Amino acid sequence: MTNEELKNDIIEFSPAAIFDESGEFLNVIIASESLLPLMKELRSKKEFDFDYLFCLTCVDWKDHLMMVYFLLSKTHNHTIVVKAKISDTVNPQIESVNSIWKTAELNEDEVYDLFGVNFLNHPNLRRLFLEEDWVGFPLRKNYVDEHMIKL
Amino acid sequence: MEEGGIKMDLNKGVSTNKMIFPGQVHETPDGGFLITKLDEVINWARANSLWPLIFGTSCCAIEMMSAADAKYDWSRFGFEVARATPRQADLIIVSGTIVMKMAPVLKRLYDQMPDPKYVIAMGACTISGGPFFYNTYSVVKGVDHIIPVDVYIPGCPPRPEALLHSMITLQEKIKNEAYFRKAKT
Repeated sequence: MTNEELKNDIIEFSPAAIFDESGEFLNVIIASESLLPLMKELRSKKEFDFDYLFCLTCVDWKDHLMMVYFLLSKTHNHTIVVKAKISDTVNPQIESVNSIWKTAELNEDEVYDLFGVNFLNHPNLRRLFLEEDWVGFPLRKNYVDEHMIKL
Repeated sequence: MEEGGIKMDLNKGVSTNKMIFPGQVHETPDGGFLITKLDEVINWARANSLWPLIFGTSCCAIEMMSAADAKYDWSRFGFEVARATPRQADLIIVSGTIVMKMAPVLKRLYDQMPDPKYVIAMGACTISGGPFFYNTYSVVKGVDHIIPVDVYIPGCPPRPEALLHSMITLQEKIKNEAYFRKAKT
Protein backbone atom coordinates (compact mmCIF):
# COMPACT_ATOMS: atom_id res chain seq x y z
CA MET A 1 0.00 0.00 0.00
CA THR A 2 1.15 3.54 -0.62
CA ASN A 3 1.22 6.12 2.14
CA GLU A 4 -1.95 7.75 0.74
CA GLU A 5 -3.86 4.47 0.86
CA LEU A 6 -2.60 3.79 4.38
CA LYS A 7 -3.69 7.26 5.46
CA ASN A 8 -7.18 6.85 4.03
CA ASP A 9 -7.67 3.47 5.66
CA ILE A 10 -6.37 4.64 9.02
CA ILE A 11 -8.45 7.83 9.08
CA GLU A 12 -11.49 5.68 8.40
CA PHE A 13 -10.74 3.54 11.44
CA SER A 14 -9.52 6.25 13.78
CA PRO A 15 -10.68 9.74 12.73
CA ALA A 16 -8.72 11.54 15.47
CA ALA A 17 -5.34 10.44 14.04
CA ILE A 18 -2.86 13.12 12.94
CA PHE A 19 -0.40 12.40 10.12
CA ASP A 20 3.11 13.59 9.56
CA GLU A 21 4.99 12.77 6.37
CA SER A 22 8.04 15.00 6.86
CA GLY A 23 10.26 12.06 7.78
CA GLU A 24 11.26 8.88 6.02
CA PHE A 25 8.12 7.01 7.06
CA LEU A 26 4.47 7.89 7.40
CA ASN A 27 3.84 8.91 11.00
CA VAL A 28 0.50 8.46 12.72
CA ILE A 29 0.04 10.37 15.95
CA ILE A 30 -2.75 9.27 18.25
CA ALA A 31 -3.75 9.53 21.90
CA SER A 32 -2.46 6.76 24.17
CA GLU A 33 -6.00 5.56 24.97
CA SER A 34 -6.76 4.67 21.36
CA LEU A 35 -3.48 2.83 20.77
CA LEU A 36 -4.52 -0.77 21.27
CA PRO A 37 -7.57 -0.86 18.92
CA LEU A 38 -5.56 0.78 16.14
CA MET A 39 -2.61 -1.58 16.63
CA LYS A 40 -4.90 -4.61 16.53
CA GLU A 41 -6.41 -3.31 13.29
CA LEU A 42 -2.97 -2.69 11.77
CA ARG A 43 -1.92 -6.22 12.63
CA SER A 44 -5.05 -8.14 11.68
CA LYS A 45 -6.50 -6.35 8.66
CA LYS A 46 -5.42 -8.12 5.46
CA GLU A 47 -4.59 -4.89 3.62
CA PHE A 48 -2.33 -3.65 6.43
CA ASP A 49 -0.83 -6.88 7.74
CA PHE A 50 1.90 -5.22 9.82
CA ASP A 51 3.49 -8.39 11.09
CA TYR A 52 6.83 -7.04 12.26
CA LEU A 53 7.42 -4.52 15.05
CA PHE A 54 11.02 -3.56 14.39
CA CYS A 55 11.47 -0.76 16.87
CA LEU A 56 9.70 0.34 20.02
CA THR A 57 10.90 3.31 21.99
CA CYS A 58 9.86 6.41 23.86
CA VAL A 59 10.72 10.12 23.71
CA ASP A 60 10.54 12.51 26.64
CA TRP A 61 9.26 15.89 25.48
CA LYS A 62 9.18 17.26 29.05
CA ASP A 63 5.45 18.13 28.99
CA HIS A 64 4.47 14.75 27.60
CA LEU A 65 5.91 11.37 26.68
CA MET A 66 5.64 9.95 23.19
CA MET A 67 5.66 6.22 22.61
CA VAL A 68 7.00 5.32 19.17
CA TYR A 69 6.26 2.06 17.33
CA PHE A 70 7.88 1.22 13.98
CA LEU A 71 5.85 -1.33 12.05
CA LEU A 72 6.72 -3.22 8.90
CA SER A 73 4.70 -5.56 6.75
CA LYS A 74 6.75 -8.36 5.26
CA THR A 75 4.00 -9.30 2.81
CA HIS A 76 3.19 -5.80 1.53
CA ASN A 77 6.58 -4.24 2.24
CA HIS A 78 5.20 -1.05 3.68
CA THR A 79 6.28 0.71 6.83
CA ILE A 80 4.51 2.95 9.28
CA VAL A 81 5.40 4.76 12.50
CA VAL A 82 2.72 4.95 15.16
CA LYS A 83 3.21 7.52 17.89
CA ALA A 84 1.10 7.53 21.01
CA LYS A 85 1.07 10.62 23.18
CA ILE A 86 1.04 10.11 26.94
CA SER A 87 0.06 13.36 28.63
CA ASP A 88 0.52 12.21 32.22
CA THR A 89 4.26 12.44 32.91
CA VAL A 90 3.96 11.82 36.65
CA ASN A 91 2.36 8.41 36.35
CA PRO A 92 2.58 7.51 32.66
CA GLN A 93 0.77 4.42 31.50
CA ILE A 94 -0.23 2.80 28.25
CA GLU A 95 -1.58 -0.52 27.03
CA SER A 96 1.05 -3.13 26.24
CA VAL A 97 1.16 -4.43 22.68
CA ASN A 98 2.89 -7.70 23.62
CA SER A 99 -0.29 -9.63 22.86
CA ILE A 100 0.03 -8.51 19.21
CA TRP A 101 3.81 -8.65 18.75
CA LYS A 102 5.67 -10.85 21.22
CA THR A 103 8.87 -8.87 20.71
CA ALA A 104 7.27 -5.89 22.43
CA GLU A 105 7.64 -7.66 25.75
CA LEU A 106 11.36 -6.97 26.13
CA ASN A 107 11.18 -3.63 24.35
CA GLU A 108 8.57 -2.50 26.83
CA ASP A 109 10.71 -3.74 29.69
CA GLU A 110 13.45 -1.48 28.38
CA VAL A 111 11.15 1.53 28.05
CA TYR A 112 9.86 0.90 31.57
CA ASP A 113 13.43 0.65 32.83
CA LEU A 114 14.64 3.91 31.31
CA PHE A 115 11.47 6.04 31.02
CA GLY A 116 9.18 4.61 33.70
CA VAL A 117 6.21 4.05 31.43
CA ASN A 118 3.80 1.60 33.02
CA PHE A 119 2.56 -0.96 30.52
CA LEU A 120 -0.86 -2.31 31.34
CA ASN A 121 -1.42 -6.06 30.87
CA HIS A 122 2.30 -6.70 30.48
CA PRO A 123 3.15 -10.24 31.67
CA ASN A 124 6.45 -9.42 33.37
CA LEU A 125 7.22 -5.73 33.68
CA ARG A 126 10.65 -5.35 35.26
CA ARG A 127 13.96 -3.53 35.06
CA LEU A 128 15.90 -4.88 32.09
CA PHE A 129 19.32 -3.20 32.22
CA LEU A 130 19.57 -1.43 35.53
CA GLU A 131 19.70 -3.00 38.96
CA GLU A 132 16.43 -3.98 40.61
CA ASP A 133 16.87 -1.35 43.32
CA TRP A 134 17.65 1.56 40.99
CA VAL A 135 15.77 4.72 41.90
CA GLY A 136 14.32 6.81 39.07
CA PHE A 137 14.30 6.49 35.31
CA PRO A 138 17.57 7.76 33.77
CA LEU A 139 16.43 8.75 30.29
CA ARG A 140 13.77 11.11 31.61
CA LYS A 141 14.78 14.75 31.18
CA ASN A 142 14.18 15.54 34.84
CA TYR A 143 16.33 12.66 36.11
CA VAL A 144 19.13 13.50 38.56
CA ASP A 145 21.28 11.44 40.88
CA GLU A 146 24.23 12.12 43.14
CA HIS A 147 26.79 10.70 40.68
CA MET A 148 25.69 12.82 37.78
CA ILE A 149 27.79 15.84 36.87
CA LYS A 150 25.75 18.38 34.91
CA LEU A 151 27.51 20.29 32.17
CA MET B 1 83.98 -7.19 40.33
CA GLU B 2 81.71 -5.03 38.28
CA GLU B 3 78.61 -3.81 39.99
CA GLY B 4 75.29 -3.60 38.15
CA GLY B 5 76.45 -5.58 35.16
CA ILE B 6 77.54 -9.07 34.36
CA LYS B 7 81.22 -9.62 34.00
CA MET B 8 81.34 -10.49 30.37
CA ASP B 9 84.45 -12.67 30.58
CA LEU B 10 82.35 -15.18 32.53
CA ASN B 11 80.42 -15.84 29.38
CA LYS B 12 83.22 -15.27 26.96
CA GLY B 13 82.74 -17.21 23.78
CA VAL B 14 79.35 -18.40 24.92
CA SER B 15 76.98 -15.49 24.84
CA THR B 16 76.66 -12.39 22.73
CA ASN B 17 73.67 -11.26 24.74
CA LYS B 18 73.99 -7.52 25.43
CA MET B 19 71.36 -7.55 28.21
CA ILE B 20 72.82 -6.29 31.45
CA PHE B 21 72.41 -8.75 34.28
CA PRO B 22 71.23 -6.95 37.40
CA GLY B 23 73.04 -7.50 40.68
CA GLN B 24 76.51 -8.70 41.40
CA VAL B 25 78.30 -11.87 40.46
CA HIS B 26 80.81 -13.37 42.86
CA GLU B 27 83.15 -16.01 41.62
CA THR B 28 83.80 -18.95 43.89
CA PRO B 29 86.96 -21.09 43.88
CA ASP B 30 85.33 -24.08 42.22
CA GLY B 31 84.11 -22.03 39.29
CA GLY B 32 80.45 -21.55 40.32
CA PHE B 33 79.06 -18.17 41.27
CA LEU B 34 76.68 -16.54 43.73
CA ILE B 35 74.39 -13.67 43.05
CA THR B 36 73.34 -10.87 45.31
CA LYS B 37 70.48 -8.44 45.20
CA LEU B 38 67.90 -11.19 44.88
CA ASP B 39 65.18 -8.56 44.51
CA GLU B 40 66.65 -7.33 41.28
CA VAL B 41 66.91 -10.79 39.82
CA ILE B 42 63.37 -11.71 40.78
CA ASN B 43 62.06 -8.38 39.57
CA TRP B 44 63.90 -8.76 36.31
CA ALA B 45 62.16 -12.07 35.79
CA ARG B 46 58.79 -10.85 36.96
CA ALA B 47 58.87 -7.72 34.85
CA ASN B 48 59.57 -9.69 31.71
CA SER B 49 56.81 -12.23 32.18
CA LEU B 50 53.73 -10.22 33.06
CA TRP B 51 50.56 -12.13 32.31
CA PRO B 52 47.69 -9.85 31.50
CA LEU B 53 44.08 -10.71 32.19
CA ILE B 54 41.80 -10.59 29.18
CA PHE B 55 39.48 -7.79 30.16
CA GLY B 56 38.05 -5.46 27.54
CA THR B 57 34.83 -3.53 27.89
CA SER B 58 34.81 -1.37 24.78
CA CYS B 59 36.79 0.11 21.90
CA CYS B 60 40.10 0.34 23.81
CA ALA B 61 39.98 -3.45 23.88
CA ILE B 62 40.26 -3.43 20.09
CA GLU B 63 43.50 -1.48 20.39
CA MET B 64 44.63 -3.88 23.10
CA MET B 65 43.97 -6.84 20.79
CA SER B 66 45.85 -4.97 18.10
CA ALA B 67 48.80 -4.58 20.44
CA ALA B 68 48.77 -8.33 20.89
CA ASP B 69 48.81 -9.16 17.20
CA ALA B 70 51.76 -9.62 14.89
CA LYS B 71 52.15 -5.99 13.91
CA TYR B 72 52.72 -4.58 17.39
CA ASP B 73 53.43 -7.89 19.10
CA TRP B 74 53.52 -7.32 22.82
CA SER B 75 55.11 -10.72 23.29
CA ARG B 76 58.38 -8.98 22.46
CA PHE B 77 58.16 -7.65 26.00
CA GLY B 78 56.81 -10.76 27.67
CA PHE B 79 53.08 -10.06 27.69
CA GLU B 80 51.86 -12.74 25.33
CA VAL B 81 50.44 -15.10 27.94
CA ALA B 82 47.06 -13.43 28.21
CA ARG B 83 44.96 -15.32 30.69
CA ALA B 84 41.22 -15.77 30.74
CA THR B 85 41.16 -16.23 34.49
CA PRO B 86 42.21 -13.67 37.10
CA ARG B 87 43.82 -16.38 39.23
CA GLN B 88 46.64 -16.78 36.72
CA ALA B 89 47.11 -13.10 35.87
CA ASP B 90 49.53 -10.52 37.22
CA LEU B 91 48.15 -7.56 35.36
CA ILE B 92 44.75 -6.25 34.47
CA ILE B 93 44.50 -3.82 31.58
CA VAL B 94 41.23 -2.00 32.10
CA SER B 95 40.49 -1.17 28.49
CA GLY B 96 37.14 0.49 28.13
CA THR B 97 34.29 2.24 29.85
CA ILE B 98 33.38 0.87 33.26
CA VAL B 99 29.72 1.29 34.11
CA MET B 100 28.16 1.05 37.55
CA LYS B 101 26.93 -2.45 36.79
CA MET B 102 30.40 -3.58 35.72
CA ALA B 103 32.15 -2.03 38.73
CA PRO B 104 31.48 -4.86 41.21
CA VAL B 105 32.58 -7.40 38.60
CA LEU B 106 35.84 -5.55 38.03
CA LYS B 107 36.46 -5.31 41.78
CA ARG B 108 35.84 -9.01 42.13
CA LEU B 109 38.21 -9.88 39.30
CA TYR B 110 40.87 -7.68 40.87
CA ASP B 111 40.36 -9.32 44.25
CA GLN B 112 40.73 -12.76 42.70
CA MET B 113 44.13 -11.95 41.21
CA PRO B 114 47.08 -13.20 43.27
CA ASP B 115 49.51 -10.68 44.75
CA PRO B 116 51.54 -8.90 43.50
CA LYS B 117 49.11 -7.45 40.96
CA TYR B 118 49.14 -4.45 38.72
CA VAL B 119 46.57 -2.30 36.97
CA ILE B 120 46.86 -0.33 33.76
CA ALA B 121 44.05 2.16 33.13
CA MET B 122 43.82 2.40 29.37
CA GLY B 123 42.06 5.32 27.74
CA ALA B 124 40.03 8.35 28.73
CA CYS B 125 37.05 6.39 30.05
CA THR B 126 39.04 4.52 32.64
CA ILE B 127 40.98 7.60 33.71
CA SER B 128 38.02 9.89 34.30
CA GLY B 129 34.93 8.70 32.47
CA GLY B 130 36.25 10.56 29.43
CA PRO B 131 33.52 11.41 26.94
CA PHE B 132 30.95 10.15 29.45
CA PHE B 133 31.99 12.49 32.25
CA TYR B 134 28.99 14.81 32.02
CA ASN B 135 25.29 14.03 32.17
CA THR B 136 25.63 10.29 32.56
CA TYR B 137 23.85 8.05 34.98
CA SER B 138 25.80 4.88 34.37
CA VAL B 139 29.52 5.48 33.87
CA VAL B 140 32.08 5.25 36.67
CA LYS B 141 34.15 8.45 36.53
CA GLY B 142 37.59 6.94 36.76
CA VAL B 143 38.44 3.32 37.45
CA ASP B 144 40.62 4.44 40.39
CA HIS B 145 37.38 4.82 42.34
CA ILE B 146 37.25 1.02 42.36
CA ILE B 147 40.80 -0.37 42.17
CA PRO B 148 44.27 1.19 42.56
CA VAL B 149 45.93 2.05 39.25
CA ASP B 150 49.66 1.77 38.48
CA VAL B 151 49.85 3.29 35.01
CA TYR B 152 47.42 5.59 33.22
CA ILE B 153 47.38 5.88 29.43
CA PRO B 154 45.54 8.88 27.98
CA GLY B 155 43.90 8.67 24.57
CA CYS B 156 40.55 7.83 23.07
CA PRO B 157 41.54 5.17 22.32
CA PRO B 158 45.33 5.16 22.86
CA ARG B 159 47.40 3.72 20.04
CA PRO B 160 48.94 0.28 20.54
CA GLU B 161 52.34 1.98 20.83
CA ALA B 162 51.01 3.92 23.81
CA LEU B 163 49.88 0.67 25.41
CA LEU B 164 53.30 -0.86 24.83
CA HIS B 165 54.90 2.24 26.32
CA SER B 166 52.71 1.96 29.39
CA MET B 167 53.60 -1.69 29.80
CA ILE B 168 57.29 -0.90 29.57
CA THR B 169 56.73 1.85 32.13
CA LEU B 170 55.09 -0.72 34.36
CA GLN B 171 58.12 -2.97 33.89
CA GLU B 172 60.34 -0.11 35.04
CA LYS B 173 58.18 0.24 38.12
CA ILE B 174 58.36 -3.46 38.89
CA LYS B 175 62.13 -3.51 38.42
CA ASN B 176 62.46 -0.79 41.04
CA GLU B 177 60.34 -2.26 43.77
CA ALA B 178 61.28 -4.49 46.70
CA TYR B 179 59.59 -7.76 45.88
CA PHE B 180 59.63 -9.43 49.27
CA ARG B 181 58.41 -6.35 51.06
CA LYS B 182 55.65 -5.93 48.54
CA ALA B 183 54.55 -9.52 48.82
CA LYS B 184 54.11 -9.24 52.59
CA THR B 185 51.85 -6.22 52.51
